[in-house]
Amino acid sequence: MASYKISVNNKLVTVEADADTPMLWVLRDHLNLVGTKFGCGIAQCGACTVHFNGFAMRSCQLPISEVKDSKITTIEGLSTDGSHPVQKAWSEMDVPQCGYCQTGQIMAASALLKQNPHPTDNDIDLAMNNICRCGTHYRIRKAIHLAAEKGVAAR
Amino acid sequence: MSNPDFSRRHFLKVSAIAGGGVMFGFHLLADANPAQHLADTIFSPNAYVSIDSKGLITLMSPNPEIGQGVKTALPMILAEELDVQWDKVVVEMAPLDQSKYGSQNAGGSGAIRGRFMPIRNAGATARQMLITAAAQQWGVNEADCYAENAFIIHKPTGKKLSYGELAAKAAVLPVPSTVKLKDPKDFKIIGTRVHNIDNHKIITGQPLYGIDTRREGMLFAIVARPPAFGKTFKSFDDTETRKVAGVKNVVQVHNVVAVLATSTWAAKKGRDVLKVVWEDTSPLESSTDHIASFTELLNNKSDKPGRNDGDIDAALSNSNYKIVEAVYQVPVLSHANMEPLNFFADVKGDKVELYGPTQVPANLRGAVAKALNVPQENITLGMPRQGGGFGRKLQTDYGVEAALISQAAKVPVQLLWMREDDMQGDYYRPASMFKYQAAIDPAKNEIAAWHFNGAVLSGGSAGKPDGFPAASIANYRADNHSLKTNIQTGPWRAPTSNSVAFADECFLDELAHQMKKDPIALRLELIEKAKNQPAGKAASYDPAKYKSVIDLVTQISGWGKPKKPNVYQGFAAHFSFNTYAAHVAEVTKMKNGKLRVTKVYSAINCGRVVNQSGAETQVEGAIIDGLSHALFSKVTFDKGAVEQTNFHTYKFLRMKDAPIEVMVKFVQTDDAPTGLGEPGLPPIAPAVGNAVFAATGIRYRTLPFEFEKA
Repeated sequence: MASYKISVNNKLVTVEADADTPMLWVLRDHLNLVGTKFGCGIAQCGACTVHFNGFAMRSCQLPISEVKDSKITTIEGLSTDGSHPVQKAWSEMDVPQCGYCQTGQIMAASALLKQNPHPTDNDIDLAMNNICRCGTHYRIRKAIHLAAEKGVAAR
Repeated sequence: MSNPDFSRRHFLKVSAIAGGGVMFGFHLLADANPAQHLADTIFSPNAYVSIDSKGLITLMSPNPEIGQGVKTALPMILAEELDVQWDKVVVEMAPLDQSKYGSQNAGGSGAIRGRFMPIRNAGATARQMLITAAAQQWGVNEADCYAENAFIIHKPTGKKLSYGELAAKAAVLPVPSTVKLKDPKDFKIIGTRVHNIDNHKIITGQPLYGIDTRREGMLFAIVARPPAFGKTFKSFDDTETRKVAGVKNVVQVHNVVAVLATSTWAAKKGRDVLKVVWEDTSPLESSTDHIASFTELLNNKSDKPGRNDGDIDAALSNSNYKIVEAVYQVPVLSHANMEPLNFFADVKGDKVELYGPTQVPANLRGAVAKALNVPQENITLGMPRQGGGFGRKLQTDYGVEAALISQAAKVPVQLLWMREDDMQGDYYRPASMFKYQAAIDPAKNEIAAWHFNGAVLSGGSAGKPDGFPAASIANYRADNHSLKTNIQTGPWRAPTSNSVAFADECFLDELAHQMKKDPIALRLELIEKAKNQPAGKAASYDPAKYKSVIDLVTQISGWGKPKKPNVYQGFAAHFSFNTYAAHVAEVTKMKNGKLRVTKVYSAINCGRVVNQSGAETQVEGAIIDGLSHALFSKVTFDKGAVEQTNFHTYKFLRMKDAPIEVMVKFVQTDDAPTGLGEPGLPPIAPAVGNAVFAATGIRYRTLPFEFEKA
């Protein structure tokens, strides 16, 4: 066990954990930020996607010892009230079915829009590779276009 | 700490975390003492509806929510008959209490179909009693009063009283035995587009799912389980495990060994260094053996055909007929819910608290009662929102496992199956093989005989003997063989249909091409025969309704009309769970030479649509889910071991392979609603197979398609 001081959702927090503990479990089990989901543990499904210095990253493959002074943002930090344009677009398009993978999808989509405020279908194809067993892909695509239209860049 | 007790008190707390204002009455109620508030529920004529004196209306949703949308759709039906605005009600998940709510299951696409009338009655009963209360208070005729948006209005004078004002008076009235339901033409909520009731909580990442359960003193449990079907537990050595920081206990229950720790990661590390000896206790089966056995079985007919019209042998040996044969094959599939299996259990003596995802809460409680030898009434069971179901949670094994571990370790436990455990310990969709022989009468250019011979792993049925095209062909026989196995199998979204629709609908397409007929025209001819001159006993489908979806999808897809270059269409239809579905899949030859399913058109006849948005999303999702499995997914066994362990080997479709557009249209009808969780899935694989044939001339008869390997 070691002690780590890391930045999560713009707050410095201290966590006692083994060096190899993935951020996924630090968030869920140590910090009780359970909006970040476990799906596979091998960076395949994207349910655990967070922002790492603003870029989408799968937290199941990010050991706490590697975080250092980087900034981690989770779904709980994307907005406090669901007001991020991507969250609003998700609501407006009624994207979720079971909903389990959607926080990871939203984190992936918001990172995409930050880099590329007006993605084409092809850009979305390349950037969005999270798994959704319910098959919400069509609505996710529409929601990303809607969020782009309403201006994520303005944030 | 989140609290899995979904009482109103919890709801208020969660709303507060969400930033407030998400539900009616929040500010008012947040200041109230919750106990006071609960005591304030003064009118509750049945288990579904309660109204307090401030007018807060709470509707209970009785069935497990696994992503099929019933937590939204069922309360919509209640709100309709109660006549309240949708955005003014609070919806809560009902506790498990089948004496009040009837069967509380999620399966067979049955919730809307089974509950439409009972729930309409429940809502209308409450409305009627509120009308009576108002009429009595005013001393007027009930017939002059009507309900609208949570008020009772006296028509002649326009005076009105709110449901909150009337609640106390209505509560003392006798519950009427018969009530008048709304005329469907007056529906204001049913048939509209209502969003998922939990959207806000989902998109803000609130603790909604079983896996999010956190309780005082709880330990995380991860389990070592047999590495292959046919192997059972013999002994274990936990020396290394107990050295892992955070590991608190190791217990052995049934056929598994559980490591309990203060975090998931510690439990996993402890489990990974556990030494368990397993022994072979039954045969270690391989997929290659299953396929060889299927081939062998299909050389013969079964003893008892599922259907046998006319004389199949005579027709197939008629030298004037052209005989067409084909063999189709589908693999074993895993459920792979995005939320891996988990369950919370707290066993204290003979009292048990359970909380977690299940499609069959009553069965699960019963199974725990039996395994722990405690009375059912000592067990409480709460249901969170669930990260998928697809049939896996019709089994109770993981819930029982959690309870046994809590009992053995004497602590509250959150059991979690890692993805590898989930994928290798499933109750799988069984593999099947289908052998077809058909006779085409060249003189009439029609199908004279159809012989279906199917084999399936496990004791189920490979086919649907009375499904289409049964009754439309004079000489028709359906045989079934099942192959005994020690591999666990079970229902998977649209059981049987999810396999046989692929084979039936592709083989029909083959026959259409052999006969040089348009594939849709061939179906319409067969349907006419089933309707006007049916062969044998009644079929399971209604030809007129079957035709309704074919006609609609023909129209919306522009079937038979000129297409853009490199765009090809394929058609398939299927009837399952009382719902009719017809899809046209559009395949595009992309610039890089690869094929992509770019668009899917779907026509559905599910009776009256309750939630337009929810209904569309179920069909869109079923199409993409079905496409994903048809393109990529396969489980194979090698000496009892599952060869696919996680999503790097058990593959799902990603955005780059998803259709750019899915268009879903419903046949407009006043028929009672049927279900939609499953019926959209079966026809997509054959629609794609048929479109690929149109594009390439290659007939793919084995799933997954794996076009790129061809």
